[in-house]
Amino acid sequence: MKKTILFIVVNVLTLNFILAQKIKGSDTVIPLIQTITEDFLKYYPESDMSISGGGSGVGISALIDNSTDIAMASRKIKLDEKNRFNEKRLIVVEKIIAYDALAIVVHPSNPVNKLSRMQLENIFRGKITNWKQVGGKDLKIVVYTRETSSGTYEFFKESVLKHKNYMSAVLSVPATGAVIQSISQTAGAIGYIGYAYLNKYVKSIKISYDGINYFEPTYKNAKNKSYPIVRPLYLYYTKNKEIYVKKLMDYIFSIKGQNTIKTIGYIDLINEKKD
Amino acid sequence: MKKKIRKLFELSIEKIFLLCGTITSITIVLIILFLFREGFGLFKNNSIDEDYAIVVNSQNPINSLTSRQIKNIFDTDIITWKDVGGRDENILVFRTSDFNDYLARDKSGNDMQYISSVVNDIVKKNSNIIAFIPKTLLPKTFEGKVIDIGKIQVKEVFIGTEWLPTSQPSPLFGLLPLILGTMWVSFGAILIALPFGLGVAIYIAEIAHDRTRKYIKPVIELLAGIPSVVFGFFGLVVIVPLIKETFNLPVGETAIAGSIILAIMSLPTIITIAEDSMRTVPRSVKEASLALGATHWQTIWKIVIPYSVSGILTAIVLGIGRAIGETMAVLMVTGNSAIIPTSFFEPVRTIPATIAAELGEAPKGGTHYEALFLLGCILFVITLTISVVAELVSSNKHKSPF
Repeated sequence: MKKTILFIVVNVLTLNFILAQKIKGSDTVIPLIQTITEDFLKYYPESDMSISGGGSGVGISALIDNSTDIAMASRKIKLDEKNRFNEKRLIVVEKIIAYDALAIVVHPSNPVNKLSRMQLENIFRGKITNWKQVGGKDLKIVVYTRETSSGTYEFFKESVLKHKNYMSAVLSVPATGAVIQSISQTAGAIGYIGYAYLNKYVKSIKISYDGINYFEPTYKNAKNKSYPIVRPLYLYYTKNKEIYVKKLMDYIFSIKGQNTIKTIGYIDLINEKKD
Repeated sequence: MKKKIRKLFELSIEKIFLLCGTITSITIVLIILFLFREGFGLFKNNSIDEDYAIVVNSQNPINSLTSRQIKNIFDTDIITWKDVGGRDENILVFRTSDFNDYLARDKSGNDMQYISSVVNDIVKKNSNIIAFIPKTLLPKTFEGKVIDIGKIQVKEVFIGTEWLPTSQPSPLFGLLPLILGTMWVSFGAILIALPFGLGVAIYIAEIAHDRTRKYIKPVIELLAGIPSVVFGFFGLVVIVPLIKETFNLPVGETAIAGSIILAIMSLPTIITIAEDSMRTVPRSVKEASLALGATHWQTIWKIVIPYSVSGILTAIVLGIGRAIGETMAVLMVTGNSAIIPTSFFEPVRTIPATIAAELGEAPKGGTHYEALFLLGCILFVITLTISVVAELVSSNKHKSPF
């Protein structure tokens, strides 16, 4: 009797050890990983996944502490994080699994349909305060951003504002859904959302970084890199666990996995050069 | 024998209760200690991340900068060294990110010595440079000058007007907009809730028939049971657009939207407590008033309200307490701009909303994390003051004006 129980316990433990994979990190990457792993489990029903959020930084710290197997991140690993891996003598592997385009959105009634990066910077830093100044109606600009904890907030700051700070008067909302809700009911609003979230309640505008060529946030423009506000989404794992996560990684990079990525609104890596 | 057992039993029960009380009190004290320890740890930190340094060319006469100056320099709001007391020269801003791009091309990026030498060269070559770089990249024989930054200052935090907790290189933790925002929204809430709450309380306590009261009271108490997220969502989709249309504002997420939601949420508290205290007015006093020829309304105004004034004050104070600590509903409707409020028709950011929105991803033990704890301390002090006031007011209850 005792032996049977022991046997079962050991079995359960080792089974979990072999199959349960913990994935933790950026909330931006979660919907993507969730869909992919659901498909993955159809092919490998014996596997077990647990996915949790908390943000890119949280995921990477968990990877350092060995409390997760894979870390999701919507930004590149920072220098000091890399140092912490070095201290623990862990080799960290970085994989770009997809790209995400950020769309700049306004209220559907807004006649403005293109902005340059400089204009965007000035709007988000409070130097331009009326739509009149960028060729629109005489209407106060209401700027919406995500909360400071969001990776999207950081990426926008880095890419569009060139690391400068947002003005204090920006309205911050806790989630992408709330950004859309707020912009759809405010005539002078402007904000940013992931390309996957674009819908008919908000209008996306054309963006230019060089001030000459303006591009719409479409799948095609993001794929051929002409749309400028595109960021890579990363998965990180440590080299010693490579065998352990290989099946999942292979599935993500397979044509099937990449097609799933495309259908849920992210930019896939098909025909992409491998670094 | 039986008596003895019962006595023993009662004694042990008493001890268990004592233990429960002690544990609860100790826990509360420990939580408060923890809160303050974490919160005031903020002032032990440097104004910039400990692993980083701000460096300038060795020829530069500047030796120290405040965190505000650093922020403005890196935001290119200050563009010449003259503005911070230096030479008449434009400032060249250099960040690690500029550097990463620069390196990735030719070397692996892991060769620390190589990176260090590049840093050294860049800082040496440009006399007008200011660079923000990790300390690990500083070469041993560095030919630039490390700027003295100093610790985060109490003054800068409490009267600072900018809340930019994730700003790099130098985060700003100005709490003033958040404290004033919290007060402002709660003040608005009480301004709205007070006349309504008192009106309803008087109606239920004095005017309504027993049957009406039987229906109204449970409905009002039901209001207290609605989760705050529901209030928040209701506010976002109903009240926010309504305010925007009615007052013709550019944006509906304003302090007034928060105040209205909080007013609705604090109504049950105010009504229940005020009504209870009005019902404690002795029948004889009221009858005496009526017997002297006062009308029903005169009795309410001159007898019932003065008699129950301390109860009404308690109701107000507890209502404010409820409003100040409310998180979710306010987070959803006030727009969360960290600016000092000047009217009710502007977005504001409150303390609880800030904590809720930012604690999730503030790295544990970091300055941002400690700043959020400090906000928690301030909120605690505010609500503690309010409860003490409530306690003082209600202990005067029986010193009636008669």
